[in-house]
Amino acid sequence: MLKQTEGSHAVAEAVALCRPQVICAYPITPQTHIVEGLGEMVKAGELTNCEFINVESEFAAMSVAIGASAAGVRTYTATSSQGLLFMAEAVYNAAGLGLPIVMTIGNRAIGAPINIWNDHSDSMSMRDAGWIQLFAETNQEALDLHIQAFRLAEELSCPVMVCMDGFILTHAYDRVDVPTQEQVDAYLPPYQPRQILDTADPVSIGALVGPEAFTEVRYLQHHKQLRALGLIPQLAAAFRERFGRDSGGLIRSYRAEDAETIVVALGSVNGTVQEVVDEMRSEGSLIGSVSICSFRPFPLAVLREALQHAKRVVVLEKCLAVGLGGIVSDGVRKSLSSIVLNGYTVIAGLGGRAITRASLRRLFEDAERDELEQVTFLDLNADVVSYELERESKARRTGPTAEAILRRIGTVASGIG
Amino acid sequence: MFQIRIHGRGGQGVVSGAEMLSVAAFLEGRYAQAFPSFGSERMGAPVMAFCRIDDKEIRLREPVLAPDALIIQDPTLLHQVDLFNGVPKRGYILINSTRSFDELGLGGFARGVQQYRMCTVPATDLALKHVGRSVPNVPLLAGFAAVTGVIALPSLVAAIRQKFPAALAEKNVGAATEAFEIASRAKETIDA
Repeated sequence: MLKQTEGSHAVAEAVALCRPQVICAYPITPQTHIVEGLGEMVKAGELTNCEFINVESEFAAMSVAIGASAAGVRTYTATSSQGLLFMAEAVYNAAGLGLPIVMTIGNRAIGAPINIWNDHSDSMSMRDAGWIQLFAETNQEALDLHIQAFRLAEELSCPVMVCMDGFILTHAYDRVDVPTQEQVDAYLPPYQPRQILDTADPVSIGALVGPEAFTEVRYLQHHKQLRALGLIPQLAAAFRERFGRDSGGLIRSYRAEDAETIVVALGSVNGTVQEVVDEMRSEGSLIGSVSICSFRPFPLAVLREALQHAKRVVVLEKCLAVGLGGIVSDGVRKSLSSIVLNGYTVIAGLGGRAITRASLRRLFEDAERDELEQVTFLDLNADVVSYELERESKARRTGPTAEAILRRIGTVASGIG
Repeated sequence: MFQIRIHGRGGQGVVSGAEMLSVAAFLEGRYAQAFPSFGSERMGAPVMAFCRIDDKEIRLREPVLAPDALIIQDPTLLHQVDLFNGVPKRGYILINSTRSFDELGLGGFARGVQQYRMCTVPATDLALKHVGRSVPNVPLLAGFAAVTGVIALPSLVAAIRQKFPAALAEKNVGAATEAFEIASRAKETIDA
């Protein structure tokens, strides 16, 4: 059924259609309306056979999710930003134990400085925790990916994070097609746990594993994700067959087949990128883009296939690996091993800075002329940076950096972009 | 594509105004996207929200930088925020005020090179009269519908009924209907 609704609400409806039996969450910033919506559905009796557990922290949220999943029920939670960091230890545990929990990340920055806005720093901090990470381009895809995520998680016994841009998607009202319960039931079979805490047939889960077997357990985790490389496109194809639309998969190319310049990005910024690609194509540029949906497992082979004919690849990243540059770029360059082309990393949209068509257009034109640095910070205010560096070079006790910059640039509430 | 930017203060229903507008457009079978500018979430702080309406899927995710229409829910912002930023020539500007835009000292913008199509709507008064609360978003949306013709009043009324519980919805529909009439009377002068 077509609806005009908020991204968070659309995801809450999708999760409810997946018939979760335990939902646990810590309802405070940085949280989204997703669990609020699910809480209301449970309370109103619309979502039955489901326990909503208000926990005392994000660490507790993931710990309860681990317990519930180990007890054999379909389990869901959501968080973002600092909340994800606070649950970090349990995030690794969920993956190490092979528990198919599905968690939404409404992507936001990590402090300090304190910032509530969108970028990908939170998910990226957990990229090697053993979870599958899928990034949604639109609210429709966010909705659809949750339905695919439960099936993927449960087939593999591996937890899945569905990442959607905080605010840009979670708080945006858009048109979405919400499937029926019958459609979802036909796609997503009831959960059949591979392991279950059952008093009638006791097992222990979470043993101490020494050097004699730790590598093998880890290898098998890796092996699971390599299997996911095959399974993710299959589930996307099955989804298309049942629901009649493309959602998910490993990557998606846009006008990239004959492109000399290809832009690679994750998440909602791909929409704006595609607008600029169309604009530049209409003026004769050979430019295209590739959206990475599956960041973990990282789709090395299909990316290579999609990018290898290009003259240059621009990786647009909403996260900074401080002291290195880009995180996505590392994977992209690995996928292009032995292929000679120009690779550029662009750090953009940090802490919610708007990524505009105008800025992207200038950036892509610089790329086409190969006038980009290896690592570029989109729309970096060079005056602010050099003033601060100058100030710090002249005195020792210059005080906190962020506050000094804020004083210099003045009130930000009056800006539009 | 038609782009709208709404300015106001936290607590004035800026975000829900943009959302209702997107629902009204959706109900007409069009694509719409509404989203807030995600600032400090506190009462009284300047707040912005955006809405795009198109006949095809909307992929663009940047803030609305060049609005075809501007809705100003709180005229005290005129002195604090660069409200008119990006509004093109002949752009629509709706202001919540009991005064005319000449009385607000803005007449030059209508007659000057920008030729803005400006309209003031006594939205707070209408909200107090019909709803009993000073939430000016709904009357301004009705004014927007009247002046621009981008959405029809019945679609807005349907969106209002989706948003609010029945009794509150009817009060808002009353405010919207009166605002629509007021703005409709002003339309001819504005378009001239």
